[in-house]
Amino acid sequence: MRRERPAKPHGEKWVLRLYVAGQTPETDTAVTNLKLICEEQLNGNYHLKVIDLTVHPHLARVDQILAIPTLVRKSPAPMRKIIGDLSDTTRVLAGLNLTDQGAVTDKAGCGY
Amino acid sequence: MNNKAEQTRRITLAKAPTSIQGLDEITGGGLPKGRPTLICGGAGCGKTLLAMEFLVRGATDYNEPGVFVSFEETENELTSNVASLGFDLDDLVKRKKISLEHIHIDRSEIEHSGAYSLEGLFIRIHLAIESIGAKRVVLDTIESLFAELPNPLILRAELRRLFHWLKRKGVTTIVTAERGEGALTRQGMEEYVSDCVILLDHRVNDQSSIRRLRIVKYRGSTHGTNEYPFLIDEAGFSVLPITSLGLNYSTSKERIPTGIPRLDTMLSGKGYFRGSTVLVSGTAGTGKTSIAAQFAESAGRRGERVLYFTFEESPSQLVRNMLSIGIDLEPWEKKGLLQFHAARPTLYGLETHLTTSIKLINSFKPDIVVLDPINGFMIGENQSEVKTMLLRLVDFLKMKRVTAFFTSLTTAHNDLETSDVYISSLIDTWLLLRDIEIGGERNRGLYVLKSRGMSHSNQIREFRLTDNGIELLDVYVGSDGVLTGSARLSQETKDDAEELLRQEEIGRKQFGLERKREALEAQIVVLRSEFEAEASEALKVIGIDKARNDRFNQDKIRMSKSRRGDVQNKSNGKANTKKHT
Repeated sequence: MRRERPAKPHGEKWVLRLYVAGQTPETDTAVTNLKLICEEQLNGNYHLKVIDLTVHPHLARVDQILAIPTLVRKSPAPMRKIIGDLSDTTRVLAGLNLTDQGAVTDKAGCGY
Repeated sequence: MNNKAEQTRRITLAKAPTSIQGLDEITGGGLPKGRPTLICGGAGCGKTLLAMEFLVRGATDYNEPGVFVSFEETENELTSNVASLGFDLDDLVKRKKISLEHIHIDRSEIEHSGAYSLEGLFIRIHLAIESIGAKRVVLDTIESLFAELPNPLILRAELRRLFHWLKRKGVTTIVTAERGEGALTRQGMEEYVSDCVILLDHRVNDQSSIRRLRIVKYRGSTHGTNEYPFLIDEAGFSVLPITSLGLNYSTSKERIPTGIPRLDTMLSGKGYFRGSTVLVSGTAGTGKTSIAAQFAESAGRRGERVLYFTFEESPSQLVRNMLSIGIDLEPWEKKGLLQFHAARPTLYGLETHLTTSIKLINSFKPDIVVLDPINGFMIGENQSEVKTMLLRLVDFLKMKRVTAFFTSLTTAHNDLETSDVYISSLIDTWLLLRDIEIGGERNRGLYVLKSRGMSHSNQIREFRLTDNGIELLDVYVGSDGVLTGSARLSQETKDDAEELLRQEEIGRKQFGLERKREALEAQIVVLRSEFEAEASEALKVIGIDKARNDRFNQDKIRMSKSRRGDVQNKSNGKANTKKHT
């Protein structure tokens, strides 16, 4: 049961977007960190898109992006934003609203 | 070398004009071009408005498009907020003159994890600037990021980077910030934006609010250092243009009649100087307003424009009251030569009064401005402020060559001259009205306390309000002092009677003198005839004596002949005498 909780959104795919600006060390750190978390928590049931704002600057306005890097959870609703290089996994999980699931918290707590 | 120095100076001092009334004057041409300027102040003191006006004026007047980055209000809110000031942001946005960029952050939906940069903000600003070719940027209020974003250390570093970046881009930036406790801004924004700092202040004194602006610093430029009052009204932001004021205005030799012929006479026959400041002071009911109205009316006759600020009566009441003494202001008002502006002095603060006055003067372009009365401004112990305000107004009017006419109510228990002494230095011509109480009635006396630049009368005149306007009469000055009204009349009758008596006396004396002369002349005639009588008598005697003498001599000769004495050629006498010896 605990294992199934993360996949709670009934098969609904998590849509995540990571906004970055160019190829920077923070970007790399963020991407690596995120992929790690997603694989572990979402069992691959997610869709991650990394958006480079230097390539698509107008998207900064559309999605109200201020800080870089910003991770946006588009789905499931409500929208959540996490800013920073995602190095603090506890906070990332809290931000993605995965902490209310006891297992995740425990796991995260143990894991890191 | 000189040229080079001048050139560098021009480069360092390049300014972006704000087109905001008065602000360009105190900043010496505008905000530092291509650099950030910090505008700080408490809530509701007009920071956003000043920034917005800077952008809008830049876009419309100087063809410098601008980006407004708002961290608080949405685009729609901004548009409707400034619509009341006559700015059509929608239109400007459509014409790509202005770009509105609302940065929305909601702390509740944001989690943070690790280091970040504000590159997203940079990209957004960059995009907005590029999209319209902006030369001006406003960040309103970027400080709110501190509340929304974690890790102030990173944020500070990023803001520092942002301002450097904006400077490199060469855009003139306004950064607004909330006033902090004991510091200019809450988050110490002045550390980052140090080229120009403008402080706005909004305080309440004696229940009236006063807005003030001060330039705290302006790197590389001289600037006015005072606190300048400013105003926000339907025409936007206006700072009182005080720096342009000074004592270097040219004066006029032209004279304008006062509307009261006798008063003209008192002022060396021609009236006030154009562009001078006239004060009429006096106790209640001495006719200050009437003199002002008469002046306004005569100006109307000459086709001059008069702006009449009335602080105690409504215009219609004033017109009605003046009509009762034969001063008809209505035709001039209808013709548009006379404009009233009525407001209670307590309605706004002094600065608001001043700024509205100046705005009205600028739009109406009067030849004469009447302020009736100036006392209302005095609330409590603000004499020095009132003086400053009047000084500014007087300077402004002098510059415009507008004749200023103030009335001032002096309270009875004060000495007439001293009660207005704090403004006396501003006044060129000071007329004093006073009550003269004699013989159970009260009359008005008028005299010229001072009048710069003319030889004015030093006489007290009786001041009468008749059905046909104002009349000045000579007062009775006699051994009993100054008399007016009935006392003067009765004294004059008394004088007339005395005069008659004196005339009679003189007549009598003259008559007596005549009589005396006649008597004298008669006496002279008598004496003369007596003398003549005596003289003829005497002549007669003399003649007899002469004849007798002759006869005696002849007798002698005859005698000597008969005695055959020598008759020599010499005188008979001698020979005779010789003979005798």
